Amino acid sequence: VEQSPPQSPGPGKAGDAPNRRSGHVRGARVLSPPGRRARLSSPGPSSSSEAREELRRRLRGLIERSRVMIFSKSYCPHSTRVKELFSSLGVECNVLELDQVDDGAKVQEVLSEITNQKTVPNVFVNKVHVGGCDQTFQAYQSGLLQKLLQEDSAYDYDLIIVGGGSGGLSCAKEAAILGKKVMVLDFVVPSPQGTSWGLGGTCVNVGCIPKKLMHQAALLGQALCDSRKFGWEYNQQVKHNWETMTKAIQNHISSLNWGYRLSLREKAVAYVNSYGEFVEHHKIKVTNKKGQETYYTAAQFVIATGERPRYLGIQGDKEYCITSDDLFSLPYCPGKTLVVGASYVALECAGFLAGIGLDVTVMVRSILLRGFDQEMAEKVGSYMEQHGVKFLRKFIPVMIQQLEKGSPGKLKVLAKSTEGTETIEGVYNTVLLAIGRDSCTRKMGLEKIGVKINEKSGKIPVNDVEQTSVPYVFAVGDISEGKPELTPVAIQSGKLLARRLFGASLEKCDYINVPTTVFTPLEYGCCGLAEEKAIEVYKKENLEIYHTLFWPLEWTVAGRENNTCYAKIICNKLDHDRVIGFHILGPNAGEVTQGFAAAMKCGLTKQLLDDTIGIHPTCGEVFTTLEITKSSGLDITQKGCG
Amino acid sequence: MAAMAVALRGLGGRFRWRTQAVAGGVRGAARGAAGQRDYDLLVIGGGSGGLACAKEAAQLGRKVAVVDYVEPSPQGTRWGLGGTCVNVGCIPKKLMHQAALLGGLIQDAPHYGWEVAQPVPHDWRKMAEAVQNHVKSLNWGHRVQLQDRKVKYFNIKASFVDEHTVCGVAKGGKEILLSADHIIIATGGRPRYPMHIEGALEYGITSDDIFWLKESPGKTLVVGASYVALECAGFLTGIGLDTTVMIRSIPLRGFDQQMSSMVIEHMASHGTRFLRGCAPSRVRRLPDGHLQVTWEDCTTGKEDTGTFDTVLWAIGRVPDTRSLNLEKAGVDTSPDTQKILVDSREGTSVPHIYAIGDVVEVPTTVFTPLEYGCVGLSEEEAVARHGQEHVEVYHAHYKPLEFTVAGRDASQCYVKMVCLREPPQLVLGLHFLGPSAGEVTQGFALGIKCGASYAQVMRTVGIHPTCSEEVVKLRISKRSGLDPTVTGC
Repeated sequence: VEQSPPQSPGPGKAGDAPNRRSGHVRGARVLSPPGRRARLSSPGPSSSSEAREELRRRLRGLIERSRVMIFSKSYCPHSTRVKELFSSLGVECNVLELDQVDDGAKVQEVLSEITNQKTVPNVFVNKVHVGGCDQTFQAYQSGLLQKLLQEDSAYDYDLIIVGGGSGGLSCAKEAAILGKKVMVLDFVVPSPQGTSWGLGGTCVNVGCIPKKLMHQAALLGQALCDSRKFGWEYNQQVKHNWETMTKAIQNHISSLNWGYRLSLREKAVAYVNSYGEFVEHHKIKVTNKKGQETYYTAAQFVIATGERPRYLGIQGDKEYCITSDDLFSLPYCPGKTLVVGASYVALECAGFLAGIGLDVTVMVRSILLRGFDQEMAEKVGSYMEQHGVKFLRKFIPVMIQQLEKGSPGKLKVLAKSTEGTETIEGVYNTVLLAIGRDSCTRKMGLEKIGVKINEKSGKIPVNDVEQTSVPYVFAVGDISEGKPELTPVAIQSGKLLARRLFGASLEKCDYINVPTTVFTPLEYGCCGLAEEKAIEVYKKENLEIYHTLFWPLEWTVAGRENNTCYAKIICNKLDHDRVIGFHILGPNAGEVTQGFAAAMKCGLTKQLLDDTIGIHPTCGEVFTTLEITKSSGLDITQKGCG
Repeated sequence: MAAMAVALRGLGGRFRWRTQAVAGGVRGAARGAAGQRDYDLLVIGGGSGGLACAKEAAQLGRKVAVVDYVEPSPQGTRWGLGGTCVNVGCIPKKLMHQAALLGGLIQDAPHYGWEVAQPVPHDWRKMAEAVQNHVKSLNWGHRVQLQDRKVKYFNIKASFVDEHTVCGVAKGGKEILLSADHIIIATGGRPRYPMHIEGALEYGITSDDIFWLKESPGKTLVVGASYVALECAGFLTGIGLDTTVMIRSIPLRGFDQQMSSMVIEHMASHGTRFLRGCAPSRVRRLPDGHLQVTWEDCTTGKEDTGTFDTVLWAIGRVPDTRSLNLEKAGVDTSPDTQKILVDSREGTSVPHIYAIGDVVEVPTTVFTPLEYGCVGLSEEEAVARHGQEHVEVYHAHYKPLEFTVAGRDASQCYVKMVCLREPPQLVLGLHFLGPSAGEVTQGFALGIKCGASYAQVMRTVGIHPTCSEEVVKLRISKRSGLDPTVTGC
């Protein structure tokens, strides 16, 4: 058992717990990292009675989840004796040192309400309150303690996870590593076009992975053009073959699906390819493709069902349109394509389709990349426009008609202006809807066990430890309300959740400064705040924004345009010019952004950027030479060369 | 090469201090004593460091001149304003590296559906011309920038007459005297020739020549183990040339040796030949025009020969100070290396004369076919400083997503982070081998500068799917003995 978790305290803090050693017993999982003041109740404006209720709920949770739970104080000799007793029995126990958490006194109060016992140690074995030190030793001498310890869970599983995507799988694997009996339910309801896929969720099957690979195909198209300028010689017009690409990508995805199956098996996680639906508390009904039903129970549940693309709700949409669920495995080239929407999914798909040579139009209702920095979003759009993608702004489709069947067929799209009465018509081979995604939370019996969802969005509200309104049910990934919808976030929160549930860790997922990259033809990487958001939060006068255009060295000889790639940082003048927003538009934006995100976690400031030697010649080095502020209004175009 | 860039960047911070000195009391005193000198500041050497100084001082209202003269290489290669980095260093190197990378991408393209008939031949002349044209445009850009900032530029070869005066000789032999209150020496360095080897000077070329060759170098022997040697061998192989590297002892000395051997492994598996533990003894021209190189295997003592079209020496660089007549100004140099002795603020033994530029510092990215980016300490250095017991190394092999569909081998894609073992496990060094290593490394360099701990890096959310996210997913320590190879996704 790890005594000090990897997030151990910083230097100088260890002294906060001078008596730590006395309470330090092998086999005990210390819930509060030594020396670090943890809180069990979430801080916030909630009223004290609500906070108390919340704390009570969490204590109940701790007690229910632990084979042995000891509320202790690190300097208390009686607590130490109890811990040594369990250690000698070879029994792992969860320990909460009340003198090492901020709200220890409150915990003790609530405990005395629950148990009528005011002192520590306060010991629970398999949810049964045993008592203090004396009672525990009496129980031990009478054999009651051993009997209590042998009592197993009445449930089939310690944990059932609904949804085998990034978040669900990472949680499942971690829980299994911690010795728990785990089941994963995963079932892909076919898209209206009949597309279905294997284990791994959106990212692997119909998201990041195939998207980035098709983006790479498009980049290779660009590389082929560039390569002639760099001396590579071929004369023929290079054509692109959709089937070859798609087959190669689907083969890779199949190998990933298989890899996930294998790794679940290796970790003895039960995988069931069936649809799960709650029927009563701690009980779920599981239906397979053939309609056969089975029932399973578990002590805890994690909901990680993710989202699916939204449809417009107009005539012809479900019959004739495709979504990102279908595109990556489309058996034929989509041909002339209308992409409806301005989400990153819409722009990424439009980008790579144009990049492999297709005629692509994007229909946008209002703004591009809502939620992202709008200056960057517009630059992403205008680069696409300069590279052949057509944009129809301020229009929405009202009807889709099939003109011809085929692979692809021909569709007529009728659209109307969002500002007036104007309507337009267009004929396309394929219409791809990318207008947003809906949570898969409505048809799984959540109401039967009382898990609250946001009626409007379908998302599940969770607290900062991913717990839903029902204490034994948790939610991770895209369906949790207010969390970034990103694979690495889901993986991280799933893993940390398992560690908190079963591994005596208190580490919570940190949702601040989550970096991301949009893989449009010109990639856009960002971390921290958009300019608009920064102004809203900190006020314009307290910010300094540094920016520049730049020309990647590889673009010069290739004859690609100057004054297109762009870098911008937003600094908080009131906090030592700390970098609170990082934005880059250029090649390899994802690779560039990652390290800066780590630096922002460590308090990156403008001064540090200025003091750093750039790696030459790279795009990333541009951030170490930013001189021009936006407020100065100075020209940032590059004349000729750096 | 990249060291010039290092110097330029370093100046940003340090030069501010320097220019204040130039603009302030020191200058006043000097002028008061000596009367009218031609310039407030004279910069000898028009490389990245020198130009940055000159421009910055001019911006502050000083009267500045730059003198720059490129002594032709023994093979007669010459170039324009901008120094090593622009003309015979980072810039052409990275562009030729890019040409080689594009060759790899052309081979990937059919896997991604592009119908390109293979193999695709490469035309050296076309590449070289494009690269040279870009470099010439940069030369021109530097000229224009000096003009814009009213910095006087002289294309003359300079040597000291006294501590405030420099004599310049133009191409035609015309002499000119220039005096200044403050003088900065930024002449950089030039590749070293192995003068003891017969035929080395007559038949061999260096990095001063390779980027300016009009014709393909053909079958090439690269002698040396520096990053310059490996980078050149890498792009030559990448554009389809038969390339051999001869290394006497340790490749990439000073770099992390595990990473260094992986760089070599990758190159070897992609067609570069290596002759390890060998040292050349002579070069002769055969009647058919080929070069015959004779070398000795240092362990067995046996001699061997081979024929090549080109022999490229990449065995190090020497400072370009001999023709400066430094003794006339009283500037001290190191007797063995000819390097100018400087203090921590670039000051020389003469108070108003400074030396900057080709400082001996390793670049943070080596642009070998599989790029190697690093920042901070190597594993060896960390162990030497802190002791094995106090160092924890986290590492992983990974497979870039783009490699999967292309069916590329990712055996050498590897990342390792060297940390202190005691919490909070301060990051001492980061080493990254893989595509876009330079781009990946830059941000993390900042993180390390911010005092990043292992835990902080691990708490950073990854960007999916990228290569750089592998850094924030490092979970396996070397000490654990667990397998760091990739499994699944």
